[in-house]
Amino acid sequence: MKSFNARFYGNPRVYLGLAWLALVAVVAIFAGVFAPRDPFAIVGQPFLPPGSEGFLLGTDSLGRNVLAGLIHGARTTLMIAVLSTVAAVAFGTVLGALAGYYGGIVDDILMRLTEFFQTIPWFLFAIVLVAILSPSAMNLVIAIAVVSWPPIARVVRAEVMAVKAREFVQAAVVAGQRDMGILFGQILPNTLSPLIVTGSLMVATAILIESALSFLGLGAPGQMSWGFQIGAGRSFLRDAWWLVTVPGIVILLTVLAINLIGEGLNDALNPRLADL
Amino acid sequence: MTDAVLDIRDLHVALPAWSDRRHAVKGVSLTVNPREILCIVGESGSGKSMMGKAVMGLLPAPHVHADRGQILFEGRDLLTLGAEAMRAIRGGRIAMIFQEPMTALNPLMPVGRQIDEVLEVHTDLDAPARAARVRALIEDVHLPDPDRMMRSYPHQLSGGQRQRIVIAMALALEPALIIADEPTTALDVTTQAQILHLIKELQRKHGTSVLFITHDFGVVAEIADRVAVMRQGEVVEKGPASEVLVTPQHTYTQALVAAVPGLNPRNRPAEVTPPLLEIRNLVRTYRLGGGLFSRGAREVKAVQSVSLSIPKGSSLALVGESGSGKTTMAKCVIGLERPDSGDILLDGKPMTGIGRAQMRAFRRDVQMVFQDPFASLNPRQKVGEIIAMGPVIWGTPRAQALEEARELLRLVGLQPEAADRYPHEFSGGQRQRIGIARALAVKPKLVVADEPVSALDVSVQKQVLELLDDLRKQFGLSMLFITHDLRVAATVCEEIAILQRGVIVEQGSTAEIFANPQHAYTQSLLDAVPGRDWISSLPAA
Repeated sequence: MKSFNARFYGNPRVYLGLAWLALVAVVAIFAGVFAPRDPFAIVGQPFLPPGSEGFLLGTDSLGRNVLAGLIHGARTTLMIAVLSTVAAVAFGTVLGALAGYYGGIVDDILMRLTEFFQTIPWFLFAIVLVAILSPSAMNLVIAIAVVSWPPIARVVRAEVMAVKAREFVQAAVVAGQRDMGILFGQILPNTLSPLIVTGSLMVATAILIESALSFLGLGAPGQMSWGFQIGAGRSFLRDAWWLVTVPGIVILLTVLAINLIGEGLNDALNPRLADL
Repeated sequence: MTDAVLDIRDLHVALPAWSDRRHAVKGVSLTVNPREILCIVGESGSGKSMMGKAVMGLLPAPHVHADRGQILFEGRDLLTLGAEAMRAIRGGRIAMIFQEPMTALNPLMPVGRQIDEVLEVHTDLDAPARAARVRALIEDVHLPDPDRMMRSYPHQLSGGQRQRIVIAMALALEPALIIADEPTTALDVTTQAQILHLIKELQRKHGTSVLFITHDFGVVAEIADRVAVMRQGEVVEKGPASEVLVTPQHTYTQALVAAVPGLNPRNRPAEVTPPLLEIRNLVRTYRLGGGLFSRGAREVKAVQSVSLSIPKGSSLALVGESGSGKTTMAKCVIGLERPDSGDILLDGKPMTGIGRAQMRAFRRDVQMVFQDPFASLNPRQKVGEIIAMGPVIWGTPRAQALEEARELLRLVGLQPEAADRYPHEFSGGQRQRIGIARALAVKPKLVVADEPVSALDVSVQKQVLELLDDLRKQFGLSMLFITHDLRVAATVCEEIAILQRGVIVEQGSTAEIFANPQHAYTQSLLDAVPGRDWISSLPAA
């Protein structure tokens, strides 16, 4: 059996995904170095096409640099996506783990709660949440996390129920370990593989939700993001195609990259499934 | 010999490149003569099942394939036959009996129809003729009430009944050869005896040849005409059963025969000690299916009013077949289950009817060795941490607990360095040693061992049983040993309690029960021990 590393890094699609994601991450972290000026600053003529002097990807309707917008947008988009995923995974894991471990009435209550959230159309729910909470980066994170935790809770619950029946868990009970020690020390480490895969794919979904909310004008005010760029450029689609197309392609590539990595993780963590 | 039914010549079965050896089967030559039962005996990893699969053309291609040799069946080489010709032979001339009858049958089809299907595909018989044949086959395997049986679904039958149906299917086309791959391993010992008897009877009646694959020398003694012993893909010894079993030539065969647990009961120790564990009128009933929307929950009385006691420093075997309630008993004693009524006393202190916090105080005193060495160790913890877990919970400083874990590993016959490795690096027997070290780490008074050797090969089984016995004496432990195997019980325990459907039918010292069983069920269990006459004839170890 090959090791996890050999299976993960031996997969060429994983390289493509990692390469693009690393590029985006570096750009996001050093946004101030790559584009020192405020992305909202008017720096040139409006509607300069890509390739114009000084503006590799052109300018928008107000004469703002599209490339600078993309660079700063990467920071906002990635930060919101990652934070909301971390929040959703943490909350969903705790809820799913408690439901799966205790079963019975605890399971019933927590799972009915989860189903309640699952029955609400999630994008509409996110819009309502942001509208009520008022748009800000923090509230976007909250809204995205609130609509994305239920699948995590269900995955973790199922895994915990399966692992709970294994004999090493009974051995821990017999050794006198307390419930929380058993749950977090014995059971959860054995549920990590599906959790990592679901979580990594959820980052991609979070990017899409964030972009869609920004497109609707519900994004973080005063912060450039990819969705905001598309929203601002949509009325000029016929005159200035690049305003929508360029950020759209960036979103597409980033989501694709994350999916490639997520699938690579899945193949590497569940080698038996990968062989089928 | 040219008239052999099956003639395997220099067979090599190659394994994929990433496995730890190149060949599962290395240069095996065997013949099965007409009207003969050839037993292939070997431990796990010996390649015995690969042999059977190679003959049936069921090797998991493309990773595993036969790369050298011939399998001649009725003069044709099965390895070179096309898929269509192979399919005709597989159904008609060679049949197979699998280990697990539940998975070998289609759960959505009545069993009569499943036998009928075989006839429909391979013969020109019309429907009434086929129905008569199915009925005759079911009568042949001695199933009661054939008409009702034909309409039954697999889940409505017991394990033994299902295996009889599988045998009926195998016989449906009067094959020249039947390959039986551990057909009785999943069955209870009394059922196993019946099935072995049936296979032998039908083999005589129909003149079929049988290639019987097993790990159990007792089964070999019951059924085999000739024996081939396999180790690591090679046949180390073959010959008539009477010779191989009584005067084995190869050292490996000798070791295997010596490892078969004997029927020599141990004697009760002379001194009488006060009881450590007392169980009084224990009752545990499971209620099934009593959900919110379903009425009329079904009750299963797993344990009905059982009383026993284990003296200090003594060991008691609880022997029973599946469904006898023996595992429920074990779970009640270690506090994983709450009994409905009755008392369990440890050192005179009640373990029942108390709260969770008080129950925790008993956790140190009662430890468990689990059945499945692969499921009972956390794959994400190092061995040292697994063993040290108990002591750390009970307040031993971490560094000291890890040091003690190394000492325990040495005690159970492993390298102290094993502490820094993960469970998956160890074999089944080694893992079970780790499980024993874990149980001993908190210095318990009572160890509950739930079928601790049933997942292990017979030679490993013997070592682990000896280890348990040594440690028990060394630590002055008491032990509740749960098993389905009277042979194993006789090896390690001074006392035996026989459990049948949640009730103890007989209890006493091992020597008394073996010499003079009182209850009919005990008698039938003793009679069902495979190869009983042969085992008794072996010189006592």
